Amino acid sequence: MNYFNQDLASLHADLVAKKVSAKELTQATLDNIKDTDTKIDAFLNLNEDAALAQAAKIDEAGISDDQPLAGIPVALKDNIVTKGLTTTAASKMLGDFNPVYDATVTEKLAAAQMITVGKTNLDEFAMGGSTENSAFKPTKNAWDQTKVPGGSSGGSAAAVASGQVPVALGSDTGGSIRQPASFNGIVGIKPTYGRVSRWGLIAFGSSLDQIGPLTHGVKDNATVLSAIAGHDDHDLTSSTQAVPDFAADLNDATSVNGLRIGLPKEYLADGVSDDVKTAILAAADTYRKLGATVDEVSLPHNKYGVAAYYIIASSEASSNLQRFDGIRYGYRAQDVQNLEDVYVKSRSEGFGDEVKRRIMLGTFSLSAGFYDAYFLKAAKVRTVIMNDFKAILKDHDFIMGPVAPTPAFGLGDEIKDPITMYMNDVLTIPVNLAGLPGLSLPAGFSNGLPVGMQLIGRPFDESTLYRAGYAFEQSTDFHTQLPTLGGQN
Amino acid sequence: MANRITREQVQHVAGLAKLEFTDAQLDAFTPQLDDIIGLFETLSEVDTTGVEATSSVSDQLNVMREDVADNWGQSEALLKNAPDAARGFIKVPAIIDESEDNE
Repeated sequence: MNYFNQDLASLHADLVAKKVSAKELTQATLDNIKDTDTKIDAFLNLNEDAALAQAAKIDEAGISDDQPLAGIPVALKDNIVTKGLTTTAASKMLGDFNPVYDATVTEKLAAAQMITVGKTNLDEFAMGGSTENSAFKPTKNAWDQTKVPGGSSGGSAAAVASGQVPVALGSDTGGSIRQPASFNGIVGIKPTYGRVSRWGLIAFGSSLDQIGPLTHGVKDNATVLSAIAGHDDHDLTSSTQAVPDFAADLNDATSVNGLRIGLPKEYLADGVSDDVKTAILAAADTYRKLGATVDEVSLPHNKYGVAAYYIIASSEASSNLQRFDGIRYGYRAQDVQNLEDVYVKSRSEGFGDEVKRRIMLGTFSLSAGFYDAYFLKAAKVRTVIMNDFKAILKDHDFIMGPVAPTPAFGLGDEIKDPITMYMNDVLTIPVNLAGLPGLSLPAGFSNGLPVGMQLIGRPFDESTLYRAGYAFEQSTDFHTQLPTLGGQN
Repeated sequence: MANRITREQVQHVAGLAKLEFTDAQLDAFTPQLDDIIGLFETLSEVDTTGVEATSSVSDQLNVMREDVADNWGQSEALLKNAPDAARGFIKVPAIIDESEDNE
């Protein structure tokens, strides 16, 4: 079973009509993952027995029309905690960590009766843009197994793109849903900060992190976001704003008629490859043909986003990762003489290089004598960047641009050079700094590799992004092209 | 090489972060951190006079709730995650470094 030819609505119809049972679907999904994962290494852990038991229970109760997600398999990035199912954040530090509670999104998926079939690979603690920083294995791009899948939600993106699952959840701190979605030719959304509860998401940058779905199509993405969004008493930064039925809002291709779109000139600047520029300019033409206006606008401080982000995110990470001390859970070094040794050796042996780099950058930025020049300065530049977005979104319905400057790069090509790797996020990071929603969807190809487009909206206006994404999808065929992976097609 | 952060400063920061590095790791990390801090310093080009710092983009402010326990009573499962435990307690090595206790 792969999920190339069916969307969630069609799977739901088959389940209701009993053309397939939830148990058969789950078993076929697990079988296909085992077959194909030798090529892409998207999964860290399968939830085989519990998934089949849950599916059997769902079959017994029957699936009704008003349960659109019941019996449908889903994969979770392995930094989202799952009670009783090992959750590692792709770190040696949490190699055999067994959570005693479910993340709120895990609970919400279970309430919708989705079936968690396994946990997907990521850059350790979600720090990276290629999934090569996993302590366990690198994941490969679904389209070309010599290329990275992007990151940090590379496992979730490759799993959806290769047809292993119809839906996966990822997390996005500086582009970690949108960039891998782009590299794998699928749809991913970083919701507005506060739209989805972060309870049970292993914290990286708490003022930036959001969980969101990765899917083949826009409508499926909208359906799943509605299911996982909403206020949560366990995450006091989660918003009390009402959650729309995003999928129900989707109409036809004329729904962008009359909308005003901003295309920042900085998003087509040096460093963005010609094929990516071409795809985005063609997309702008598509929107014009659909009746929208596309204006050139400017985000003058965009280029400072990467520097501000790596100070803020690393500072938050250095604080969040203090809890990994070898005492209550996680890795503890063996050859220790005293308590200080437990802390220092457990952390030094348990964390990988990129995580240590971020902890060091954050600790430095927060340390006495450097706080004002680094952390405080970055927090002020964050305000300046937010104001750039506000100015454009005052009279534009959304902003369009590329997701990443290039398509997927080769495995091993950039991992030795942190700054080159960091610069890949130059177009996604500012959206996290500003807390805005960002949708990534297929918009072209470059030498056989997918190119993604990013739509950035007003706070809590995911609806407009989905409508515009859906209109684009209805007018183009990029999303219907599929990778040839292991003879699946 | 290093002109923004010295090897000694890197070692100092590592101490604050409860990390330790070998000489070879310090050789590799110091110039990398130096380059990244160079990137950070480009922020000085932005005029932030009179600009407020942003620390949160949440639309929720000062949310209060009752301090009520939930999902409790799982000490056994919690202790299973501890690297070392006995009789309901987490075990750690001696807090006092006895090798230094020789006055």
